[in-house]
Amino acid sequence: MNFEFTEEQLMIRQAARDYAQRELIVDVLERDEKMIYPTQHVKSLAELGFMGMLVDPKYDGGGMDTVSYVLAMEEISKVDSSVSVIMSVNNSLVCYGIQEFGSEEQKEKFLKPLARGEKIGAFLLSEPEAGSDATSQKTTAEDKGDYYLLNGTKNWITNGNTAGTYLVIAQTHPEKKHKGINVLIVDRHSPGITVGPHEDKMGMRSSDTHSVMFNDVKVPKENRIGEDGFGFKFAMKTLEGGRIGIAAQALGIASGAFERAVQYSKERKAFGTEIANHQAIAFKLADMAVKIENARNLCLKAAWLKDQHQPYGIASAMAKLYAADIAMEVTTEAVQIHGGYGYVKEYHVERLMREAKLTQIYEGTSEIQKIVISRDVLK
Amino acid sequence: MKILVCISNVPDTTTRIAIGPDGKSINTAGIQWIINPWDELALTRALELKDAGKLTEVVVANVGPALTEATLRKALATGADRAIRINAEPADAWMVAANLAEVIKNESFDIILCGIESSDYNGSTVGGLLAGMLDMNMVSSVSGLEIESDKLKIQREIDGGKEMLETKAPVLLVVQKGIAIVPRIPSMRGIMQARTKPLQTIEAVSGESMTATVQLLNPTAKGKCKMIEADKAGEVIRLLREEAKAL
Repeated sequence: MNFEFTEEQLMIRQAARDYAQRELIVDVLERDEKMIYPTQHVKSLAELGFMGMLVDPKYDGGGMDTVSYVLAMEEISKVDSSVSVIMSVNNSLVCYGIQEFGSEEQKEKFLKPLARGEKIGAFLLSEPEAGSDATSQKTTAEDKGDYYLLNGTKNWITNGNTAGTYLVIAQTHPEKKHKGINVLIVDRHSPGITVGPHEDKMGMRSSDTHSVMFNDVKVPKENRIGEDGFGFKFAMKTLEGGRIGIAAQALGIASGAFERAVQYSKERKAFGTEIANHQAIAFKLADMAVKIENARNLCLKAAWLKDQHQPYGIASAMAKLYAADIAMEVTTEAVQIHGGYGYVKEYHVERLMREAKLTQIYEGTSEIQKIVISRDVLK
Repeated sequence: MKILVCISNVPDTTTRIAIGPDGKSINTAGIQWIINPWDELALTRALELKDAGKLTEVVVANVGPALTEATLRKALATGADRAIRINAEPADAWMVAANLAEVIKNESFDIILCGIESSDYNGSTVGGLLAGMLDMNMVSSVSGLEIESDKLKIQREIDGGKEMLETKAPVLLVVQKGIAIVPRIPSMRGIMQARTKPLQTIEAVSGESMTATVQLLNPTAKGKCKMIEADKAGEVIRLLREEAKAL
């Protein structure tokens, strides 16, 4: 056992922290309120290499390990999860999926610009009637010989409008059920694609979430990843890794709120002393600290397993379930510690609380994580 | 043109400093070390000038034990081409300057940048001593540097305004806030490359110091504030006379 980070891992954490605390903090409240996409931040983070940090350097990525990714995701998410979700989807779903399962040609053509952050990717799995039940895909990819004809609607798509590259999950052989599903790399600007309006969300309001409609969109056959019918397996495998990113995001939301609560409790006075000196507050902070430490350890263990090429699906499900749940608890307590100030936007903790809620819902709800974990426990 | 940025290894500025058991040094347990913020701005400006094609090589150097290599590698990750560590515990400004001078004599740097002070001991002395030891032209309180062919255009902060100077290399500049706006953040690529960039270790030539720390003291605790009702002026006089003994 060794709990020490390497010099590189510490440098990455510091780089992410510096960017978040110096740059993201400046306009995060305004972007949240007005639902402004963080165009410049995505560009700057791409230049620093964060958008493709997990990709092999031979495909223009940063070549960093998953532990570094957890550290970076935590730091960015302490300040702004609208930005960290863009980073997470691009890194752990889109880039990872193409790098792990794509052909050499697909990596050259699609992965490189995504790893450089010149293009951003989106992962199109959810549908109006297929969220957790991902097998019941209604979007169809009809086999037309040398191309697929794509029809259907996808919902809740992060980077839905700004993405240049879509990974679309669609049904080709309905009779084969989930074994008939394919995954296609689709150019966002292909004829027949309509992007719906920016969803007006509770939190992470500056990330652009849209529905995407496909109407007779032609996709070249060579854009299919893997064998015919590989799509469902692809989605499940990719989401296993994606969970680590969202778990680290939830961790960051919790630790961001915690840091603010600690600071506030040392400044705010009530009954003649700083509120940190009241046991009611001090004990809350102790509970929050333990939860965060647990979540961090679960995230890092899942990341470490992935880096060691060991099975990490259960560890990543545990990390996401726990981190998302404690993010909700910790942010709620952070608002409580701030009292009335916590309920107004200027103090950030109400925003972090809104952001926390989404981590229990997307990339596999907490209930889905419990299915994954309980099936393993009972097998 | 070749530039040297002198780097001081200092505790992170958010560290809560505690005096060590000897009463002369700080307790270093658990401290995270960083590049002195003024040196970091100097490095950022050097890298900006290199990106603009005005400099050919950016070298960083410090005087410090092996643990300071992490700080030098951060400078390499940020974009410096190579690093030199002079292997010794920095004793005082004279000792640091004397050792840096030895390294500089063996190379031909056109510009040497030193941060105006280090955020730990705030000595503000190394730059001046170094210029003296090297018998070199020096400008202090520099807040702007441009290079136009062989001319160096320098901006200085002066009381109530700015002073614009021109000079030629070689020169030593003691730089302050404003030399760069925001310190550069290392990229993933830079962090990966840092381990493969040259980091040379040189044994210290001089251990001689001119000053010795006798004692470090914590700031005196602020006295408690006494509130006196507005209509009790007599009480103020009494307290000033009897307790504060100011009258």
